[in-house]
Amino acid sequence: MASVEHSDGQGLSGGEGVRRRDFINIAAVSFAGVGAVAVVLPLIDQMNPSADVLALASTEVDLSAIQPGQAIKTTFRSQPLFVRQLTPKEIAEADKVDPSTLRDPQTLEERTVDGKKQWLITMGVCTHLGCVPLGAGEGENRGEFGGYFCPCHGSSYDTAARIRKGPAPKNLEVPKFSFTSDTAILVG
Amino acid sequence: MSFPWAEHYTPKHPVMQWVDEKLPLPRLVYNAIGAGYPVPRNLNYFWNFGVLAGLALVIQIVTGVIMAMHYGANDLVAFSTVEQTMRDVNAGWLMRYAHANGASFFFIVVYLHIFRGLYFGSYKAPREMVWLLGLVIFLLMMATAFMGYVLPWGQMSYWGAKVITGLFGAIPVVGEPIQTWLLGGFAPGNASLNRFFSLHFLLPFVIAGVIILHIWALHIPGSSNPTGVEVKGPQDTVPFHPYYTAKDGFGVGVFLILFAIMLFFAPNYLGHPDNYIEANPLSTPAHIVPEWYFWPFYAILRAFTVDFFFVPAKLLGVLAMFASILLLFFLPWLDTSPVRSGSYRPTFRKFFWILILDVLVLGYCGGAPAEEPYVMISQVFAGYYFAHFLIILPLIARFEKPLPLPNSITDAVLAKYAKADGEPAAVPAE
Repeated sequence: MASVEHSDGQGLSGGEGVRRRDFINIAAVSFAGVGAVAVVLPLIDQMNPSADVLALASTEVDLSAIQPGQAIKTTFRSQPLFVRQLTPKEIAEADKVDPSTLRDPQTLEERTVDGKKQWLITMGVCTHLGCVPLGAGEGENRGEFGGYFCPCHGSSYDTAARIRKGPAPKNLEVPKFSFTSDTAILVG
Repeated sequence: MSFPWAEHYTPKHPVMQWVDEKLPLPRLVYNAIGAGYPVPRNLNYFWNFGVLAGLALVIQIVTGVIMAMHYGANDLVAFSTVEQTMRDVNAGWLMRYAHANGASFFFIVVYLHIFRGLYFGSYKAPREMVWLLGLVIFLLMMATAFMGYVLPWGQMSYWGAKVITGLFGAIPVVGEPIQTWLLGGFAPGNASLNRFFSLHFLLPFVIAGVIILHIWALHIPGSSNPTGVEVKGPQDTVPFHPYYTAKDGFGVGVFLILFAIMLFFAPNYLGHPDNYIEANPLSTPAHIVPEWYFWPFYAILRAFTVDFFFVPAKLLGVLAMFASILLLFFLPWLDTSPVRSGSYRPTFRKFFWILILDVLVLGYCGGAPAEEPYVMISQVFAGYYFAHFLIILPLIARFEKPLPLPNSITDAVLAKYAKADGEPAAVPAE
């Protein structure tokens, strides 16, 4: 019972002025649009990390063998993780810096657990473009600030793994972790 | 679609007449690359590179489909199946070297093709769409080449994938989820390798499709030519076949000789030794560089070392790198000079060569380690690259006094031969 004569210029809000076929047209296209979105979502979402990748999302690390001044490289979410026991000298060096002068201002306290300031746990992923910085392995170049040095584009990190020089915008990321005992941590 | 004097397709054999009535495919080919397509009579050898790029794509598809028959897209076996292809598969080494060097040759001929377009003003009206579609092909080629380089799962493959997907991580807020989504994990892994393989197989056929559009758009106004003067009559053109099939055939011969020299005598010259070490997520190669054809863009990416107001340096580099290519999409409207060919534009010509030098220097810096003086040189030359397109080109178009153009293609050709014979230039006959 659409009455074409009354519909001109009334728009959708015109109540009885809405043409039956306009309504059908908009309803059909909207419904098809919702359907299309519903189909596209899984097509996109399938590219996100799968359950088996996410299942490896936490890692346990035994700290008992790491001496002061030493670091180990392990993996967390298939990316390198640096676990380092700082020497008192390195802690002092990190504390000496005024955080307000830093590109990404943070103190060593903020980057470690209370009372266990010597344990520096960071991702081994340069915040510039994702290379693995040097400095965790024995005898590797630790850069001019004694922390880590990224060979790709020359970013230097200090003994609290804070960015000091080079193109990287942020400090090395500290992942979520907790001590499960005095000599073991759970990352993730 | 073509000039009125184009030859008509008239099949003589009854079978061909029958086919032509049901499916006029031979007619389409005849009108596209046969005697039915009239082409300016004065094309020089720079007009060979379109055909050569098409040939390079065919080589990549043939060798690539064969490589895929011997490849295992899984992070546990990818590296060893590529090495098996090299050592155990009959002629596998030939296929892999042809595919790897074929990519380099594809980029060489495409860069020369773009160079031709820039010098002779092929991007100008009425051929803007040809230029835009060409840039789409170029972007698709870059994506395909990048994903293909990841597949052997060597050290450079892995770290290249990490650095390039890391570019998306520079985007504020949504960057990191996008990076994880692209990789299917927190770092390149099996999921990334599989999807790259799938897309690396798909994209060349997408490129082939866009090439058809590119040629279709070209055939509406017809090919440009070294004078930049449009075709005015039948005396300005010759049929594509046999004139340019023969000329292109010669170019194909030269291309294949150079390709064979590279393939058989220096197959690893353009590769990186690090890529013969299997991917190791815990050890970064000392010096990560992309393949040579990405070097100028990589130099622009690395040229940004300090934050600008609230925009981090890393994001600036990424934006500049994408902008350096996207800028070319605006070229037909940045260069407003009505004269097409660089041969008649004395000022443009000088700056054109400076631009070529600029890009070559950027390329050199992109392949060099990220230290001084290369970073500083990259900054200066990246700045000049943008200045060329955004400032210099529009200004030249405004102030340059171009040389007098010939009345027609035929005039230009006859004048050239008259000069060579020591006779006065021929008077236009019609």
